[in-house]
Amino acid sequence: MSLAAAPLPTRRPNGSAISIDHLSRTFTTGSTTVAAISDMDLHIAPGEFVCIVGASGCGKTTLLNIVAGLDHPTTGTVDTGAGVVSLMFQEGALFPWLSARENVELGLRLAGMKGRATRRDRAMELLRLVQLTEAADRHPHELSGGMRQRVSLARALAQDASVLLMDEPFGALDAMTRDILHDELERIWFETGVTIMFVTHNVREAARLGDRILVLASRPGRVIAEYTVDLDRPRRIESPEVSALAGEVTERLRQEVRRHADD
Amino acid sequence: MPTTEITPDPGTGTGTGTGHTTGITPDIAPDSTVAGLDRLETAAGPAVPRARRVFSVLWPKISAVVLALVLWQIVVWSGWKPTYVLPPPTKVFAELRDLVVTGTFWHSVGITMRRAAIGFAIALVIGSALGAVVSQSSIVRRAFGSFITGLQTMPSIVWFPFAILLFKLTESAILFVVVLGAAPAIANGLIFGVDHVPPLLVRAGRVLGARGFTLFRSVILPAALPSYVSGLKQGWAFAWRSLMAGELLVIVGNTASLGVRLDFARTMSDAPLLLAYMIVILIVGLCVDAVFGAIDRRVRRTRGLAA
Repeated sequence: MSLAAAPLPTRRPNGSAISIDHLSRTFTTGSTTVAAISDMDLHIAPGEFVCIVGASGCGKTTLLNIVAGLDHPTTGTVDTGAGVVSLMFQEGALFPWLSARENVELGLRLAGMKGRATRRDRAMELLRLVQLTEAADRHPHELSGGMRQRVSLARALAQDASVLLMDEPFGALDAMTRDILHDELERIWFETGVTIMFVTHNVREAARLGDRILVLASRPGRVIAEYTVDLDRPRRIESPEVSALAGEVTERLRQEVRRHADD
Repeated sequence: MPTTEITPDPGTGTGTGTGHTTGITPDIAPDSTVAGLDRLETAAGPAVPRARRVFSVLWPKISAVVLALVLWQIVVWSGWKPTYVLPPPTKVFAELRDLVVTGTFWHSVGITMRRAAIGFAIALVIGSALGAVVSQSSIVRRAFGSFITGLQTMPSIVWFPFAILLFKLTESAILFVVVLGAAPAIANGLIFGVDHVPPLLVRAGRVLGARGFTLFRSVILPAALPSYVSGLKQGWAFAWRSLMAGELLVIVGNTASLGVRLDFARTMSDAPLLLAYMIVILIVGLCVDAVFGAIDRRVRRTRGLAA
């Protein structure tokens, strides 16, 4: 699949880019067994932008690991079709010994792209997509936090993924940079047509970006609420509509957190 | 894998969005906002002129050398030992000046440096291979991990009697001990480096599709490089020490190495010559160490670990 005119990822029988059915994941240490995720159902349509919010202990890392293929379900199934699944981290996941361009090139090489010159050209295209052409030869420590996350995004896109998982990608950034990156991500999502599963603690961010917001319960993680966001794009994070929706979702999250006060 | 031209202009996104239905107005992020923020956040400070940087590094070193020479001269003046045992620095440096213009001197340096290079190269191969295997296998580590550290703490000179038994009075005996001295330090540097690779980088590598040897070569090894270089630096120090001990203990026929010259100077009770050779040995050790130091700094600077 290409970035400019992305064909739909292979349609699953149920039309989902990600299908998670009855997913459970337990971890056993010694004699204690902890359920990180319990009987989770989650379906994401191709090209959809889904935000997942949850308090601590909602099993988001476990969920992302399983969808990315780094971990296995205890029971249940996860189907991401034939497409590549890519994962972008919060921060510090760039290789510090490589320049921005080389980080992206390594992504391309590991994805199986042949030819040094081809990879170089492609890496520069991807860096242009995230507006970092000028910083191509700088190393991560010479970039700002926002720039590093854009390199991470370019590297994730280098895998030609049909599904992009994002693990609080803007959590460590200041509000202004985050605002700008929301616009950038929305544009890139629009240009590439990639399916995005975006995990965040920031409910406003979820309301700003998502087609849908899923609220996860904590200990064990499962989906307890779902909001379809019918607001026009691009949204402004400070708009009354986004705030109202964020308030609603926050209230639902607090309810869930209060439930644990009695545990 | 097909590559397609990406349109960098945000305004041309129409018709490419596939799975979503919401409309998007073209002008989302004016390039200037992004570019402006990037500029502001990565503004570099004024560059320090090279001459001043070099000077700031050099003057403490030069002062230390001068101080050491002054102390030496004071001890000589105090009359603690007669000058034929402890000559003044001026005399030793005059000896050194006469020495460095002779061909035999450079021949000796050549012999010793060749041994150092061969010994260090063998240690590099063995130490790296050992470190790679031990860092990747928990079973091998349980078996040999503490053994390697044990070897490293062992004074290399105690290996010489055994080395002489094994190899007689040959260059091999010297190289054997040099390798035994340097290889564990190199292995430990690599093991330490691999142990301290941030797990997030390994996870990132796996997400990008690297597994097994590819993961080791593309992610783990480069991430461990700073510690590995420290291990090489330490390995060199061990190799150089072992080599000097070896050249004093194992006199190989017809090879006038630095160690042999040093021993010869002692036999002749030629204190200025003896001290001149010691200074040469010190300088060679320091020069090679400086090379590793430069590599180390370069590696760290690339990663933003040092200023």
